[in-house]
Formats: sequence, structure tokens, C-alpha cells
Amino acid sequence: MSGPQNDARDNGEAGLLKLDHVTKVYSTGTFGGGQLTAVRDVSFEVKPGEVMSVIGESGSGKSTIGKMILRLSPISSGTISFDGTDVSTLKRRALKEYRRDVQGVFQDPFSSYNPIFKADRVFAMVKSEFFPGTSGPEWRNKIGLALEAVTLDPTQVLHKYPHQLSGGQLQRLLIARALLLDIRFLVADEIISMLDASTRIDVLNLLADLKGRGLGIMFITHDLSLGNYISEKTVILRRGLIVEMGETQKVFGNPTHPYTKMLLASVPQLHHKWEEIAEGLKVPDSVVIDKEAAAKKTYETVSEILAPDADDSVLVETEPNHLVRFSPEEAREIEPAAVAGKTE
Amino acid sequence: MNLEVENLRVYYRTLAGDVQALDGVTFGVGDGEIMGLAGESGCGKSTLGNAIISLTGRMKYIEGSVTLGSAELPIWDFDEMNHHRFNDLSIIPQYAMSAMNPTRKIGKMVGELLDSKGVRHKEYIPELKRRFELVGLSQDVLNMYPIELSGGMKQRAVMVISTLLDPSLLIADEITSALDVSTQKAVAEMLVEFRERGFVKSMIVITHDISILYQVADTILVMYAGKLAEKASADTIINSPRHPYTRLLISSLPEVGVTYTGKRLTGIAGTPPALLNPPEGCRFRDRCPFAYEKCLEEPPFVEIAPGHQTACWKEI
Repeated sequence: MSGPQNDARDNGEAGLLKLDHVTKVYSTGTFGGGQLTAVRDVSFEVKPGEVMSVIGESGSGKSTIGKMILRLSPISSGTISFDGTDVSTLKRRALKEYRRDVQGVFQDPFSSYNPIFKADRVFAMVKSEFFPGTSGPEWRNKIGLALEAVTLDPTQVLHKYPHQLSGGQLQRLLIARALLLDIRFLVADEIISMLDASTRIDVLNLLADLKGRGLGIMFITHDLSLGNYISEKTVILRRGLIVEMGETQKVFGNPTHPYTKMLLASVPQLHHKWEEIAEGLKVPDSVVIDKEAAAKKTYETVSEILAPDADDSVLVETEPNHLVRFSPEEAREIEPAAVAGKTE
Repeated sequence: MNLEVENLRVYYRTLAGDVQALDGVTFGVGDGEIMGLAGESGCGKSTLGNAIISLTGRMKYIEGSVTLGSAELPIWDFDEMNHHRFNDLSIIPQYAMSAMNPTRKIGKMVGELLDSKGVRHKEYIPELKRRFELVGLSQDVLNMYPIELSGGMKQRAVMVISTLLDPSLLIADEITSALDVSTQKAVAEMLVEFRERGFVKSMIVITHDISILYQVADTILVMYAGKLAEKASADTIINSPRHPYTRLLISSLPEVGVTYTGKRLTGIAGTPPALLNPPEGCRFRDRCPFAYEKCLEEPPFVEIAPGHQTACWKEI
């Protein structure tokens, strides 16, 4: 099909992880009568050695995408494929093999560990689950290499309880745990947000190093400045829908969708005050539906005050490797040909 | 000066000994000033905020004085401070949701709060409604339980309630850190508006996010390991910081609007010292690329330019 996912494939290299029209519907309410579409028709792919930022506010569905990739949550429709294999069909052995390739690290390092056991127990669990045959010295050597990759000093972190280590150290231990499995894809869900400013950048740089080793990374965040720093490609999600995606430089340099503009205008910058940046990122009055809340600043997410994207809206490539969601009418004005084949 | 803190020292009692979390800090906050207080976790910023308003549990007052307006605050005496809390100085805690009594309707809770302060609450209800209106909350909120409000509504309700008696000083402790970028901006701008409207005279905004402070604060005070590192106008701290810690901290922050292809930022190597037995001399010494012999002595926190103070031997 002629979708954005094909356009994104520019240099001929095959995608490592591919989402194809993925939708997730949660049942809500006491008897599951209600339905909440958390992710709507999301398609993108991540190549080896590439970091894809998935950015959105709370409730945008960014974590749900991560969970579906990690097989922690089933997909309602669409497919996620890894290396050409449909992930949702994997069972038992094949699923275990998949987990060797794809791992996740989550937001709160303190709740990822059992406080009763020493932190390096996470390594022992990997050994018993995946490497039962590996000899002790060989395993210790492997741990040494993994710790080196995340720039941790073994004497400082091994045989310690979680409370004796800092958030940055715990988070890096979890990444090292993922590396023990020789993973090829990492889902990093808000892994920086609980860390202190002075250690944040080290963990970000660590991700950049891993990318250099050919790892594909999905970097889920609500912090646009982190996404801008680390990723080649960016997906902006709003209420489960991709509103803008493409090369990070293009999405951040030439934000087009009103939602992206509003998000960017809210980021506290270090050298420009909000008033200065607001001018350049102004959105047309017509898309602001709740003008009172916008003026009084009483909204909780930008989504609330902006007109929703129509059900028949489409992603249009406004420049190479930069896709923006438009209503069909707007899309026709911009690129009549693009709309014709895209009534998905 | 509205608030003056003189050589304040507050330790935490632990079984292993005293943790010197706040080790002799001296600074002032002027009338109408919004002072940002920044630093890593464990640097003492929340301890400072809490010490000024309510010294509880394991916190131990050692020495120093806090003067608000013209009166010295008896911060060492929890009960005596009750006369000042909410009337003269107030705090917005980080988690607004846990700051409200879940078993009381909001109107009743505010009534009880005012009564406990010896204020006739009926007189304040019109003003409360007016201010709720101002932050986009309808009067119906008074008849609701906290659970009926969304996170953002609770946050705004707490902001209004804690400033209802027009306190002279408001302490906002990490109130933007758990929020989305857009909400962050809305809450931060609301703080400034509260000052403009005279609901509070001056403010201390505590956060680890220095870029928020650049947007809303007049001055920024940077703390490190229980001591003051640098204080200056927000512009000076961001654009021409002098203390090595501030400089490294600011240069380690990624930004939007900058293209990073091939460029790498660097963090600050090492970790802050444990405050159970803090090292002699400058506490940043071990992580500082400019440290020399002199740093074994403790640097004084002195003015190096008008309105710009720092504690670094290289800058004095």
C-alpha cells in the first residue's frame, strides 16, 4: 500500500521494527461496555542504529505503543513485525527468542527492582532464564562487558541493594541487563524523567553509543528537548493518532501541525522566553476550540483546546521525510495526488 | 527585603549521625521577587523550603534566623509557627492530590482550615469563589470531593486555597515537575499572575528544572550539597554563570531549537558528596574541573558583581 511507512524508507535499508496500521482499543467501565481507542492506525518503522522518539502528552498512547511492542499488551488490529516476523503470533520458544532481541526499560528505576534483593539479582534472573548453560567465569565476564558498555564500575554496583544506588546507576543497570541478552531493539519509556539533570545527559549519551552499535531504539518521552537531542526521527502522537512525523530536524525545525506547534511553544527554553518563541509558533485562531481555557490557561493537555483531527484526516508528505496530518480538504490543496490513494 | 535568611543550619537526625542537609545558608528575597531555587536531588532545596515553613520529625534546627517582613519567625517551634503558617507564609506541595482531605468537600475543608486559623470563613467565601473563577474553576467545586476533580483542577484549587489569605511568602515545591509541558507552562504562568495580582508578595519556586525558572523567576539561587553555590538574576545565571557547578549544569541541558547532529553534551562526572560526613572545603571540589589547592578551604558566598553572589575561590 502507498502509506507513509513506505515513504519513510528512504535509503533502502530494511526496517528492524515495523508498525503497520496498529490500533489499540481498551474496554472501559465496570462491565467493559465503554471503549477507549488509545492508539489509532499508527504506522512507522525503526531501522537498526536509529533512534525514534515518540513524543506526546499523557494519554497520547505513547506508552501503549511500547507495551504492544514488548508484547505486554495485545494489539487490537494491525501488525507489529520485527525482522519481518509478525510479533503477535509468537508463542513459547519463539516469544522467548523475541525477548532476547527486544527489551524495555521503564520510567521509575526504583520500582523496577525488588527492594528485598540485591540489585544485581536482575542479572541472575537473566542467566537462569536465558543462559542456564553458561559457566560462572564466562557469565561474570559477560556482566563485566555489559557494565563497561553502560560505564558503570562493577565494584560500585554489584552486591548492592537498590537503595544503596542512585537512580542513574539503577537505570544503567537495567540497560546493562538488556544488553546481556544481545538485544537488537530497546524500548526506552521515559527512562530519563526521574533522573537528575547532571546524570540525565550521561544516560542519553549512553543511548547514543548503543545506537552506534546498531541497536534500534524507541525513545518514548514527553520532554521534547530530550527527543530533539537523541533521535534521528520523531513521531508526535495526539490521542493515539500520529499528527506529525519524520526527521527530527524537520519536525522540530519546521513544525506544521497546530498540536506540534503548541507543544513546542510550551517547552521552557534556556535562552528564549516563552513570549519570544510564541510568536513564531502561533496557531490559527480557528483551530482553538476552547478559547476561554486557552486564555485562562486552565487546560490540562493541549489536545483539549485544539480542534480534534477529523476521522478522515490523512498524513501528507509536506517535504521529503516530513509527514503532517491534514483534513482531506487541506490535503487536497497541498498535494492532490497524495490523497487519492490514501483513503485508508 | 521581604524574607531574610541568616546562616540557617538544619540537620536530619539519623541513627548514623546528623545529615548536614542545610549547612549555613544566607540569602534574601525582595518584595515582589520570585526567587527560583534550583539544584539536584539531595542538595537541600526542599529542606530549605520545609525548614522555613514547617520543621518536622527528623529535622533538627541548629542555628540561624529567618525574618519575614519585620518579624523573626520562630521556625524551631512547630506550634508557635502555626500562627504564621497560611497567614503569613504558605506552601504549595508537589502532589496537590495528596494535599487535600479526601473525606471532605472542598468548601467544607476550606471552612475548617479558616476556622482553625481563627478567621470567620463566611467572610472569605466570596473571595474564594472569585479566585476559583479566575483560575477557571466553577463555584460547584466547593460542593465537590477532591476525587471529583481532575489533576489539573486539584492543582489549581490548592494554589488558590494556599494563597487565600494573601500570604507574604509562598513556597512552591516542585509543583511543575510531574506535569506535561503544556500544563507546566500554564501552572508556571499562573504563579506569576498570582504575584501580579498581589495574592502573594514574594515567592520561592523550588524545582530541579532550571529552564522553567528562566521563564518565570526574577532571580535564581543554585544550591549544591547543602550550601549555596550561586545567586543572581535569572538572566545572569543562564547566560553568564560563574560558579563551575552552575556552568556545567547549564551546559549539560539539551534544548529544542538547537540541532545536535554530531554534537555531544557532557554531564558532570561523579556524584554529590554524602552529607553525613561532608568533606572539608568546597563541596563541589571532587567533581570540579577547575579545583586547586585553595579549594580545600571553604569558599565564602560573596558578591562578585552587583546582585551576583557565588562561592568559588576562582571567582573571588
